[in-house]
Formats: sequence, C-alpha cells, structure tokens
Amino acid sequence: MKVLLPIALFAATGAAAAGYRLPDEQPVTLPPGPDAELMAGVCSACHSIDYVTSQPRGKGAQFWNDSVAKMVKVYGAPIEPADAARIAAYLAATYGASPADAGKR
Amino acid sequence: MKGVDRRSLITAMAGALLPAAAPWARAGEEQISLPFDNGERTLVQYPQKRPLIRLTARPPQLETPMAVFSEGAITPNDAFFVRYHLADLPLDIDARQFKLRVGGHVDRVISLSLPELKRDFPVQEIVAVNQCSGNGRGFFEPRVGGGQLGNGAMGNARWRGVPLRALLDRAGVRTGARQVTFNGLDNPQADGIPDFIKALDVDHARDGEVMVAWAMNGADLPFLNGYPLRLVVPGHYGTYWVKHLNEITVVDAAYDGYWMKTAYRIPDNDCACVTPGGKPDKTRPITRLNIRSFLTSHAPGAQVAAGRPVALSGIAFDGGAGIARVDISADGGQNWQEAALGEDLGRYSIRAWHLPHSLPPGRHRIQIRATSRSGEVQPVEPRWQPAGYMRNAIETVEIVAA
Repeated sequence: MKVLLPIALFAATGAAAAGYRLPDEQPVTLPPGPDAELMAGVCSACHSIDYVTSQPRGKGAQFWNDSVAKMVKVYGAPIEPADAARIAAYLAATYGASPADAGKR
Repeated sequence: MKGVDRRSLITAMAGALLPAAAPWARAGEEQISLPFDNGERTLVQYPQKRPLIRLTARPPQLETPMAVFSEGAITPNDAFFVRYHLADLPLDIDARQFKLRVGGHVDRVISLSLPELKRDFPVQEIVAVNQCSGNGRGFFEPRVGGGQLGNGAMGNARWRGVPLRALLDRAGVRTGARQVTFNGLDNPQADGIPDFIKALDVDHARDGEVMVAWAMNGADLPFLNGYPLRLVVPGHYGTYWVKHLNEITVVDAAYDGYWMKTAYRIPDNDCACVTPGGKPDKTRPITRLNIRSFLTSHAPGAQVAAGRPVALSGIAFDGGAGIARVDISADGGQNWQEAALGEDLGRYSIRAWHLPHSLPPGRHRIQIRATSRSGEVQPVEPRWQPAGYMRNAIETVEIVAA
C-alpha cells in the first residue's frame, strides 16, 4: 500500500520552485488522551488533522466509529483493526460528548 | 504501513502536540468564528489568494468571507472558494506540455494543447455561480459529519472557454453513448482512495452551455480553482466542475465510480430531504442548485443608526431560472418588502439586491427571501438530509439599531 506522507509531500513541494507552493500545514494542539499521537499519526497520513477537529461535537461514539470505519472501508486507509478501535475510542472520548454534557460531568 | 515512515511521522506529529497559547494560530493570521458550535477558523493566505477562511489544509478547503459578496455580483478570483477532494495536487503543471484528451466511445480520440483549444473552437462566456454541495453544512440541525462550512463555499464568475459540445462533436460521439466522464490532474494520496471522476448524461454534456473554461473574470484560472482548465456546469453544484481537467471520456453505460454512485447523492424525492436525523430509502446524484439569498451588507450583530434608512444589500441566485424577486423582512418574517434588483448578468449569475430600510431602536431579525422566475421560493424551515447538502432555508441575520 503506497501512502504519500505529508513529509514527502512538503519535500516535493519545496523542490518545485516554478510550481504552486502550498503553505505549510499548521501544527495542531490536540486534547490529551492515551491515543492522541496514534490518531494524529495515522489520520494525517492521508489528510490534515483539521478534518477531524472541525467535526461537530457531541455526536456520540457511533459517529466516530462510523467515521473511522468509512476511512478504512471506503477510502482504503491501512489501519489495523486494533488501532482503528483505539482511534475511534479516543475521538469519541475527546469529541463525542457535547460541550454542554461535558460541563455536567 | 507499520514501518519506519509511520514511526517518524508520529514523532513529527508528537512535536506538534505541544500546547500553545493560540493553538490554531500563527503570527499575523486572523481568527474568526463561524456562527455554529466548533466554528473557530483561521484566515490563511495562499498564493494567488487573499486571506480566506481555512476549513482544512490537506487537501485544501478555503471559504470566502461573506463580506466579499458585498463587493459586487462577481466574486474576485483571489477570493473565490477552494475545495479539493484529493491531496496529491498537480503543483507543477507545465502549460506548454499540457494536453486535454477527449476519447472513449468516439470516432476519433483528440488530444489538444492549450493553444489549439483556444484557437480551433468557438469561444464562449457565461456568468455562473459555482457552489459547493455542502455550502452551509455547519448550520444543519441536527449537525452532520463532513466539511463544516459556513456559507462561503460559493462564488460567481464570468467563465471563458469552449462549449463542451464543440469538443465532443470534433471527436464524434458514437451511437450508444450514455454519459461523459471528467477527470483532472489531481490524484488520490493513497491507493485505496477513488480518483475524483464525475459524469454527466451525454445530452447534458452536449447542451451547449457546459463548457471547458480556461479563464475566469478575464484572467487565467487561479491554480486552486483548476488551472489550466476546469469544467463549468452552469446551474449545477460545484462537484461537477472538475478542476485541472485533462481527460474527457465518452462512455456507453452509466458511470458507476465512487464519486457518482456513492458520494454526492441526495434523497430521491421532491424536496431532496428526509425527517431530520432520518435516512433516505432511495438516492440520486445531486444536480441543480436550489434557490438561495443572503444579506451581505451587515454581519450578524452589526450596529446601525436607528430611524434613518439603512442600506441593506445582498445577493441571490438559483439553478438557472433566474431571480424574479427578493423580499426582505425586518420583523422575523411577518411583513415583507420587495428589494430592488441589480444588473442582470444572466440566469446562472448571482443577482445583487438592495433596499434602503429604516429601523426603530432595538434588535431586528432581517430575513431574505428570493423567488425565481419559475416560482421556486426559499423555504422557511430548513430541509434536512444526512449528507448536509443543498441548504437553502431563508437566512436570518440579527442586527441592532440604536
């Protein structure tokens, strides 16, 4: 499975003086969690992490399970099932509850 | 994929996880907040563009700030929204080497350089709105997954190019042709991701309005809007307006690639909607824009002088019937007053509107309601669908007179 990593993408971009130059991706600050780095590393192989962090909050665990499953089944993301489960659990724990619910806990 | 590359990437990302005072910001970049939960965004400047609202970095998705639409009915090229699906962008296009290929179910495959395309075919211009199917998705209630756009994934330009019909006629569409597919130079960033290919029925492709454009508003297409060629499908959602277009293929069956068969589908009923939170029984590909209108002169919460005429203005557009009228309510929809319409740039164009209106002191819910020449009117209640496409409810902007 060939995956174009962002590091390689930036390198190619930098070499092309005459071509179009995309601004660098900005670093993101993620809420802490045991699998924050796993999520960032796996998901950013194909897309920037703002795809994840801009999603609506409070959609529950099913939303994040479905999202990760879609990446694997529909877009062929090479994620081991165990990693997929950990990533979905991190996302559900971090973003699944609505801000109002989180305040009540 | 468990090898060195991923480990080094995780290390790189871990460095990026350190807390910062303004986590999404860099020096000189302005933050804004779209008016829905988790709507914080950064204005980022890309080459050939002014600062635009960045939704995502890779692949890039940039929204036009609403204030831009108060500059006129034409959206400037440097403010025009950007939406990619695939992250492997053709950053190094050589215009001298570029070829557009027309093939498939045709008498003769043709391959055209840019000079040939511009020289050997009739040239036409059309002013048309390009709008993302998911424009306004962030306002859906209940919220849906996908790109959480405000209302800035739309723009109106004067497109210049060649009618697609002329290209198809040169290649000679053979009997039995069903659809025409369109592919651009952007590629999937990984093997499993389907290439972004769209299809139109052959009669639509040959209607004389669908065109292959090389210029917008009198200049080459900006890279992020599809340089050197993009498909222009007047009255239809942006998903069909394939960028960096280099392959046109006539096929003798309905094209069943992912981006037609699975993605960009809407409920197959009259309203293209379902009960909020529900699922459609049956779907069809998204097609025409529905009617929309906006107040662009005043941002939500804007303060105006009470008791004196306030210059309310904005825009309206639809899927090609043309705008017949725009009505404004300053009392949340009880009373309506007809606005004056601006210059008519064609039935696929944005139509500007304006209305001087005096407001007593207090908070006022300004509503904008457009009606098309075919009688289509914006609904009061938003229609809902699971993919978050086709938002077109009457918009409300609260402003304060004092």
